[in-house]
Amino acid sequence: MSLGIIIKKEIKELLTPGTILPIVVLSIVFGSMGNMIGGIEEELGEKPLIGLINRDTGRYAGFISTFFDEEATIVYNGTDSAKGLSQVEDTGGVALLIIPSNFSGNILENIPGVVEVHWVMEGAGIMDSISSGVVDTLIADMNYQLSRLLIEEHVHINSSLMLNPVSKNQTTVFKGKELPGVSPGAISSMLSSQSIMVPIVIMMIIIMAGGTVISSMGLEKENKTLETLLTLPVKRAWIVAGKIAGSAIVGLIMAVIYMIGFGYYMQSLSFSELDMQKYGLTLGWGDYLLVGLSLFVTILAGLSLCMILGIFAKNYKSAQALTFPITGLAIIPMFLTMFKDFETLPLIGQMVLFMIPFSHPMMAMRALMFDDYVLVVGGIVYVTVFTIIAIAIAVHIFKTDRILTGRMKKNRGLKKGFPWIKKYGR
Amino acid sequence: MNAIEITGLVKKYGTFPAVKGISFQVKQNEIFGLIGPNAAGKTTTLRILATLLQPTKGSVTVFGFDVTSEASRIREIISYLPEDAGAYKNLTGMEYLEFIAHFFGQGKKKNAIVKKGEEIADLGDRIYTKVDTYSKGMMRRLLVGRALMIQPQLAILDEPTSGLDVRNAQEIRHIIKNSVTQGATVLLSSHNMLEVEFLCDRIALINNGYIIESGSPTALKKKYGAKNIEDVFTQVVR
Repeated sequence: MSLGIIIKKEIKELLTPGTILPIVVLSIVFGSMGNMIGGIEEELGEKPLIGLINRDTGRYAGFISTFFDEEATIVYNGTDSAKGLSQVEDTGGVALLIIPSNFSGNILENIPGVVEVHWVMEGAGIMDSISSGVVDTLIADMNYQLSRLLIEEHVHINSSLMLNPVSKNQTTVFKGKELPGVSPGAISSMLSSQSIMVPIVIMMIIIMAGGTVISSMGLEKENKTLETLLTLPVKRAWIVAGKIAGSAIVGLIMAVIYMIGFGYYMQSLSFSELDMQKYGLTLGWGDYLLVGLSLFVTILAGLSLCMILGIFAKNYKSAQALTFPITGLAIIPMFLTMFKDFETLPLIGQMVLFMIPFSHPMMAMRALMFDDYVLVVGGIVYVTVFTIIAIAIAVHIFKTDRILTGRMKKNRGLKKGFPWIKKYGR
Repeated sequence: MNAIEITGLVKKYGTFPAVKGISFQVKQNEIFGLIGPNAAGKTTTLRILATLLQPTKGSVTVFGFDVTSEASRIREIISYLPEDAGAYKNLTGMEYLEFIAHFFGQGKKKNAIVKKGEEIADLGDRIYTKVDTYSKGMMRRLLVGRALMIQPQLAILDEPTSGLDVRNAQEIRHIIKNSVTQGATVLLSSHNMLEVEFLCDRIALINNGYIIESGSPTALKKKYGAKNIEDVFTQVVR
């Protein structure tokens, strides 16, 4: 009986709209995010779009041609490779496959038949390379089917070639850069350290620094120190700036400690042996400066937003609940940028991603590798404007009664005996 | 010039009027008491004077400075002690005094302010221990020290002896009385009528957002034929 009363009390205290609402919002957001990222099953089930150029009139080239006719949707079937590649790009296709003129002849002469694969890569997110993976599997299957044919027909070639008659000569075109000898999967894997590490680092910095500033406001109210602070001869703007700067430093220290551990963990996982420098996928000093600037303005934006939220914290406990919206805003772009590139998201997804200030440093590094300065500089400008507005709002609220009363217009208070007026005294 | 001039002050929280048009003046170097029952509007009035809240209507000046348009000037000359104030728990008492003193002076001036605060708080060696370990009485002494160490032109004290034992309360009353001899003006609110009678040169009784009586304790006792201010209060509020 007593246990039941205690449980009831605990639930009543913990299960408030303030704790439930953020979870509901987050679950809705994640649901929408799933739709934006797109169904993997759908993508795996659909026939991939490819272009096919067959320059060989031999039997085995014909066999391959028929195989791809059945297993894929051919968006180009001609002889002009430039036209074919352009057609594949325009139709959202995955690759242009070219069967050279000596394909069948080579096999009969104990030389592997080479298929040229020109991959069209749209994004480097984890899920962006799924369609290329499907085509890669098809090529492997085609190799197997051709091997079976060679065995059935007792063709006189050496056994290793009979088991593996086709080899690939692949080139990937990604964001205007031609990367010879690598598949989209390899590039995606090569960039996965950015795909995973960078968003997580930024998310941790924002959550930790943001949590610090919200808690700081909650503690000021809980410890009843805020009123004294506000009557000191110091500009309200300096109080806001001091809190933001202090929290930024503490948040950065916490994030660095966290990330050192996480860095060691990530080092143990080998992502790729490809040399990024070889493909020109490196950043110069100017690029690093832009990444740093993007991160700096984003941290300021996050802290300013937290400062506004912190104003509504009544105490340390309610401050913790107020970190939920920030956590959500940091997690959404983290997942989106991890799984998809900005370009491969639907328009609504791109708009959401751009509007969330935390997205920009997450996207900056990869964007700069492929010389997409518009996205990065545009993001910095947007986040700077966002920060200025957020700081102005925070300073404005600091100058009003709202900093002490938390909420101002609440007619419900009239009916319930002005609970907040009672709380803060009259 | 009066230290405080309040004319027709109205303060609403949303649509609820907490203060409904009060007017009073506080002269320089006097201790003025604002007394009244709970939720009468005392703290709201003190918070407006301390530039924490903005008046909905009316005029409020502190040493000639308007609380709305010249709030930053007022903050340079006042000190506000809220009823349930606290200090930063991770600081020692001394660090807290130093933190506050930073805003009022540097170098020797700052050191003098801190020394004054240390004297007023009179916490001995405990001034060097963390605020987190202080009893309620020690905390209040530290906060009174903080409020008066800067020798403000106007000290606004909300229930300065709230929650203190007799000895601590008495010491703090003496400190407040002494601050006036050094040039301060004090506006305080209190539920303790004996304290008000002991400390205040003049008082105003506030109830339900209105000032319903004001004058010196002696004059009010005479007017209502009362033995003490508690009796006056009971008669007026009835």
